[in-house]
Amino acid sequence: MTVRRLADNQDIKFKFDNQDLKFLNSLLENYPKDKKQSAVVPSLFYAQRKAGGWLPEKAILAVSDFLDMPKIRVLEIATFYSMFNLQPSGDHFVQVCGTTPCWLRGAENIKKACKDYIGQEREVSKDGLCWIEVECLGACVNAPMIQINDDYYEDLDYESTVKILKDIKNKKNIIKGSQIGRKSSEPLERD
Amino acid sequence: MLDSKDRIFDNLYGFEPWNLASAKLRGDWDNTKDILLKGREKITEEVISSGLRGRGGAGFSTGVKWTFMPKEPTGKTHYLVVNADESEPGTCKDREILRNEPHKLLEGCVIACAAMGAQVCYIYIRGEFINERYILESALKEAYDDGLVGKNACGSGLDIEIFIHHGAGAYICGEETALLESLEGKKGMPRLKPPFPAAAGLYGCPTTVNNVESIAVVPTILRRGSSWFSGIGRENNTGTKIFCISGHVNTPCNIEEEMGIPLKDLIEKHAGGVIGGWDNLLAVIPGGSSVPMIPKDICDEVLMDFDSLQAVKSGLGTAAVIVMDKSTDLIKAISRISYFYKHESCGQCTPCREGTGWLWEMMEKMARGEAKKDDIDTLLSLTKRIEGHTICALGDAAAWPIQGLIRHFRHHIEDRIDQYQKESNQNYG
Repeated sequence: MTVRRLADNQDIKFKFDNQDLKFLNSLLENYPKDKKQSAVVPSLFYAQRKAGGWLPEKAILAVSDFLDMPKIRVLEIATFYSMFNLQPSGDHFVQVCGTTPCWLRGAENIKKACKDYIGQEREVSKDGLCWIEVECLGACVNAPMIQINDDYYEDLDYESTVKILKDIKNKKNIIKGSQIGRKSSEPLERD
Repeated sequence: MLDSKDRIFDNLYGFEPWNLASAKLRGDWDNTKDILLKGREKITEEVISSGLRGRGGAGFSTGVKWTFMPKEPTGKTHYLVVNADESEPGTCKDREILRNEPHKLLEGCVIACAAMGAQVCYIYIRGEFINERYILESALKEAYDDGLVGKNACGSGLDIEIFIHHGAGAYICGEETALLESLEGKKGMPRLKPPFPAAAGLYGCPTTVNNVESIAVVPTILRRGSSWFSGIGRENNTGTKIFCISGHVNTPCNIEEEMGIPLKDLIEKHAGGVIGGWDNLLAVIPGGSSVPMIPKDICDEVLMDFDSLQAVKSGLGTAAVIVMDKSTDLIKAISRISYFYKHESCGQCTPCREGTGWLWEMMEKMARGEAKKDDIDTLLSLTKRIEGHTICALGDAAAWPIQGLIRHFRHHIEDRIDQYQKESNQNYG
């Protein structure tokens, strides 16, 4: 278990507009009419995107209003699931997998690259980058790997990680997925 | 080795498009109506006689599991829930199915629903697989537009709805009852059993939870016949399986192979061999982080299936093979797994919530050598106090890797302690 708390600084405006409500209502169609609560995780996920990658308390309240759920029920979801960021996480949120399969193939070097080019774990740099170590992201034969926002970057080493981070800072296009030219998880000899 | 004509997942690596047109060319959705019209009993019988055992780790007969569902309508909705919350360290096979073979999964869902009299299917995909979810959602839309899913699915007269739901980063939601809690919009905390999901599952209705791979192989089994499937592999361990080979190998990969392939062949023929050669092998975790490791002398001979690995006190689990060569600090490797379980414990049962933290702290001390040799027995006894004393198997999963380490590599831990003692005597002596 990990103890997770809301951010101290909650100075942010948050309100669902009509377009948001339209999307949220479309989520409800996936569940029986009297089981709106089932949509809480997808709704919080949507709210997190709207708020810029993290969940301020106002967003949690907005979801609890929308789903007619007591605030505490939504709050416990937000603190239970690790993909909900309770602190601001920058524009480019880098999640470094550190679990054993990635660790065996050099995840420590990837963490070092992040330390060298972004800074301390969990701190948002002035370029809007932020990194944390996370548990297994499920791409173990493409280890080591990171996830930046929605996308996986795989088959990394120190140099290729640094290149990705630099390219983000310089607003260059970066190749998603494998960095050694694999299509997905087929066997490929590495140089 | 598996003949290429016996391969189920022709597009495992995504060299061809995932879309419906392409999937149909590969044989998916080919006359699914006829399969559905065979009726519940026939479909289930066929899956039972194929010998298919659940691909999510536990290895229980998929067909038999389906028979636990009520035979007659209960007035409630009956659910199939597909567990695509793949998060077991080492495992990355379902991701390839989701993004490269989504139609095999969707067709499997329709057939499985028909086989257990379910009207609604939820696919619960892990939150981090965002792009995979988009692909699956698009594939589902294609299937609805083509009349393969929904009212009168495939023209069979059956109404089968499929919905996609996602999580938000919790390993525990891979446990079937935690997954149902999560799908109901609660914290993913496992439920006490009984009642089992087949009696009272999602929203209190009869529910069966199956792994992605178990469901995705069903259409091919029904097309090619149960005797084709049961002719691959060994008795009681039949069929093909996707193996994920990670760690210290030259070409880590996912590969579909026959059950019961020797571990050594699997690594040497598909993963380019152990880095530095077979003799540089130290140990292998053969089925995802939860199962105990096996040392090289067992790896030389062992076959990769449920019964063979159980006989050497390990397990096939999800068939995620994590290879560790002689450069590996084994104690640190297991300590990192202990940290994983500490992080992922849901906190419901005290032995797990508190115990996983203690395990990790003791493992970190062992990794530094900052311990007494008696502590190894204390650590072992701690694992026994967690194992079997929790609602779900996460407690067991946290205990087993450490038990495997002590069983086979106790001398490594003792050497580390000796070395630490020696160094501190030099410093302070």
